Amino acid sequence: MHEMSLAEGVLQIVENTARAQGLQRVTELRLEIGKLSSVEPDALRFCLEVVLKGSLADAAQVEFIEVPGQGWCMQCASDIPVEALFDPCPRCGSYQIEITAGREMRIKDLLAE
Amino acid sequence: MCTICGCGQGETKIEGDAHTHEHPHSHEHTHADGTTHSHAHPHDHDHTHEHAHGLHYGLGPAHAHAPGLSQARMVQIEQDILGQNSRYANANRQRFAEQGQFAINLVSSPGSGKTTLLVETIRRLGTSVPLVVIEGDQQTSCDADRIRATGAQALQVNTGKGCHLDAHMIGHALEKLTLADDSLVLIENVGNLVCPAAFDLGEAHKVVILSVTEGEDKPLKYPDMFHAADLMILNKIDLLPHLNFDVPKCIEYARRVNPKLEVMLLSATHGEGMDTWLTWLKNGVTASRETRKNSIAALTRRVAEMETQLATQ
Repeated sequence: MHEMSLAEGVLQIVENTARAQGLQRVTELRLEIGKLSSVEPDALRFCLEVVLKGSLADAAQVEFIEVPGQGWCMQCASDIPVEALFDPCPRCGSYQIEITAGREMRIKDLLAE
Repeated sequence: MCTICGCGQGETKIEGDAHTHEHPHSHEHTHADGTTHSHAHPHDHDHTHEHAHGLHYGLGPAHAHAPGLSQARMVQIEQDILGQNSRYANANRQRFAEQGQFAINLVSSPGSGKTTLLVETIRRLGTSVPLVVIEGDQQTSCDADRIRATGAQALQVNTGKGCHLDAHMIGHALEKLTLADDSLVLIENVGNLVCPAAFDLGEAHKVVILSVTEGEDKPLKYPDMFHAADLMILNKIDLLPHLNFDVPKCIEYARRVNPKLEVMLLSATHGEGMDTWLTWLKNGVTASRETRKNSIAALTRRVAEMETQLATQ
């Protein structure tokens, strides 16, 4: 359940931002989670509900933006979509793939009062 | 003036213009048989979006849901959730580099033989390399006790309910340990093939240990860990004659996930493969030591240059 640590990381960033910008209450949060990151959005949503309780972001609406996996196939030198870390290149079947996107775990923005 | 996007006079109707998120409106339909209906559709929107009402709200839409209420602000954050951990990890990494230490992070499922491998590694290295061990477990100091029994310095970190070590815990552990320059730092993570993959501790390499009693499809089932590691040790190979474990298949699966993964076959209890492993460790220790020496040499040179410059002024 490292989603708990991630949720605590989210709260920390939210609190730091609130302090710096004088925000009173956070009502919405948007997170970018890559399809190839080690995060299960449902588990993270559950942990966020627990962690944000009683904070300035209590009951904030959390939206996940899924970032699709992308890679660079070293064999056929092309940009390819990547569904899972162990998938071969859909063009040439090679496993020599460098992941270029989809491992993100970021807070994009928030809505506050 | 609008405090959100800075738009000026004439566009200050944002508050007055604010809309509720219910948009009742009616449609007129004419059906194929010629009858005409009129429906009222209240639409409920529970998501945020930008409305084009002749105003460009940019990235900070005026989200006031009714006139007179204070406006909400959209705040750009664009920060990694694990950014704090990365900062601690970078501090650890810098500390290791300054002191010429070679740190590795041993990760695996529980029972793969990490501690046995460590005990055997320490026994064989003897006093040839100064080393410390940081042991991560949810509870007990059993593992640190086993390491200390070899005479090596060990520190137990109990994560409580936590499923992984993080860079902050390692930073504190490093403060408590007496680390000689050019040491080998062995970090044994919590037995868990999932969570520790996401947490950089500042180590030079993650080393994943997979025992042949676990099944060759583990790299596909837990790809994150095998993707994060630089070396896979296939442990307990002395048991292979008793098992249906397909070694080439396992390696093939692991390299599907991570084409650059190095692989070693080893038995910590019988000793096969231990020499290759110890050579790998010693090479790492030597490389870290050389890097420290080179940076000291570069600094000394720079200081000498500055002193010359000062003397000639």
